[in-house]
Amino acid sequence: MASRPERKNRNSLRLLLLLPFIVLLFPPIYNFDQPELIGIPFFYWFQLLVIVLTAILTATLYFAGA
Amino acid sequence: MKIDVLEISIFIFFFVLITVIGFVAARWRRGDLRQLNEWGLAGRRFGTVVTWFLLGGDLYTAYTFIAVPGAVFTSGAIGFFAVPYTVLVYPIIFIVMPKFWTVCKQRGYITASDFVKDRFGSSSLALAVAFTGILATLPYIALQMFGIQVSIQALIPPQYLTGIFADVPLFIAFVILAAYTYSSGLRAPALIALVKDVMVLTLVLVAVIYVPIRLGGFAHIFAVATAHQPVVASKIVAAKAAGVYPPSAFTIFLKTPGAMVAYTTLALGSALALFLYPHSMLGVLSSNDRNVVKRNTALLPIYSLMLGLLALLGFMALALPKLPATGNGAVVAVITQIFPDWFAGFAFAAISIGALVPAAVMSIAAANLFTRNVYKEYFRPNCTEREESEVAKISSLLLKFGALLFIIFVPTTNIISFQLLGGVWIIQTLPPVFLGLYTHWFNRWALLVGWAAGMISGTLMAFSAILQGIPKAPLLQTYPIFGMPVYAAFAALLVNLVLAVVLTPIFEAIGLRSGKDVTTPADYEYAPVESKEPIKEALG
Repeated sequence: MASRPERKNRNSLRLLLLLPFIVLLFPPIYNFDQPELIGIPFFYWFQLLVIVLTAILTATLYFAGA
Repeated sequence: MKIDVLEISIFIFFFVLITVIGFVAARWRRGDLRQLNEWGLAGRRFGTVVTWFLLGGDLYTAYTFIAVPGAVFTSGAIGFFAVPYTVLVYPIIFIVMPKFWTVCKQRGYITASDFVKDRFGSSSLALAVAFTGILATLPYIALQMFGIQVSIQALIPPQYLTGIFADVPLFIAFVILAAYTYSSGLRAPALIALVKDVMVLTLVLVAVIYVPIRLGGFAHIFAVATAHQPVVASKIVAAKAAGVYPPSAFTIFLKTPGAMVAYTTLALGSALALFLYPHSMLGVLSSNDRNVVKRNTALLPIYSLMLGLLALLGFMALALPKLPATGNGAVVAVITQIFPDWFAGFAFAAISIGALVPAAVMSIAAANLFTRNVYKEYFRPNCTEREESEVAKISSLLLKFGALLFIIFVPTTNIISFQLLGGVWIIQTLPPVFLGLYTHWFNRWALLVGWAAGMISGTLMAFSAILQGIPKAPLLQTYPIFGMPVYAAFAALLVNLVLAVVLTPIFEAIGLRSGKDVTTPADYEYAPVESKEPIKEALG
């Protein structure tokens, strides 16, 4: 219970979780062909990349105690 | 075509293997399986790793293996919405589910309906939540059964599957599923999920490396896919007659604003819905600490990556020498045309077991709901724990019959629509369950009216083509709202929310009072597991 103020502070880090929503729910950001990766259009490999980035984000927040 | 003995032997071998594991599971971390808490939640004892396997095995289903690649095969970019869906679900879970876990643990809830009953002091709302959970699970189990069915179909040459034998694969799928859940409750799927994950990961890795090599690389696949698509489009029964259908024409990118609206609402709607399903909640509640849930939001995306790679199989299917006739057959076609027989046997076993695990968890979860929140609540308030557990087992069997009815009576044209239909229903429980974690401001009757309006409007949207009597009309995935195709779940949730918000002050004013909230703020606070567990163990 002594750590309450600190926890409250760290909870603001949770706003970072809005990032994947902003990116993915606005397709004009990634809705094109180039640059391709091993022949896969940007649209597809970018979103696969976002999977990994979001996982890193949640892991970071977990370790940061958010 | 002849029966391929090697392929079938390998398929059967893996089923024998998981059957043995299923029996062992009943003895694993032994608890009294005559108690619902043990049969249905495995005593809330699962740590990070087991929870990862269980949730992974539970959330990534025939939807991942059959339906998503099928959707990509028929409509290209729009079908890929499953990727943003399975990305966005985890930030939501990171915020919401630890809180849900805590209140359930503190107050001994097994289902969302338990929580809603106490939070809003309303047994009608609790019943509505339970009913929705059970109903929404049915098409989702049906999708799993369908996945097992197509795998078995692929093993047997078509000339043996005519006349009365045509439904043999569906029958086998049903029997396997029913027999397997009945005996050992949640422990069996948790342990078999481990086998499933290893098999499926192997399949995915081999598929995304080997298939593109055989088909001449991804650049070639995307080029050929685009060229082949008009041929496929003419074959697919698209039932566009009424003009109410989304722009499901195949495109590699989202060509119109409408396509983007469909894409984002499908993704967001599905993400909001996923952890409202009884089976996802079950996976969360069977873990032994709320941090287990948080850690898993970083670990589960490994499966999302797998889902994304499998989705690309839809394009690979379009580049095959012999084009599959439907989206539902896309993955099967890739496997049979590209892989040697022995590996095909392995692949079909992986898909079937991959569908079996979630189907088992889904029916256990829905059975828990029925037993706790319908049977015990309304029929036998004083029933013993043993009776409770027996009723759960029997109702899990009946639920599978319900799922079977879905396959028989609802068109399986684009099987992904079965999962989307489940989403249309389950998302209507979001206001009382997820928002209920943060506030009890809502009036219980307003929530109930909102729920009913959401259920009815969502169902009408999804079934609108079928209700118009168009021959071979499919379930609709999106519905035109102001000229834009919107995922029906999303549109209906808005109806639900608006009514809940608007009616709350009105109902309060006319004297329809809110119920009594028996939970306390302390129930939502984190209680470290160490201090509680020895007491709980001691109490047995």
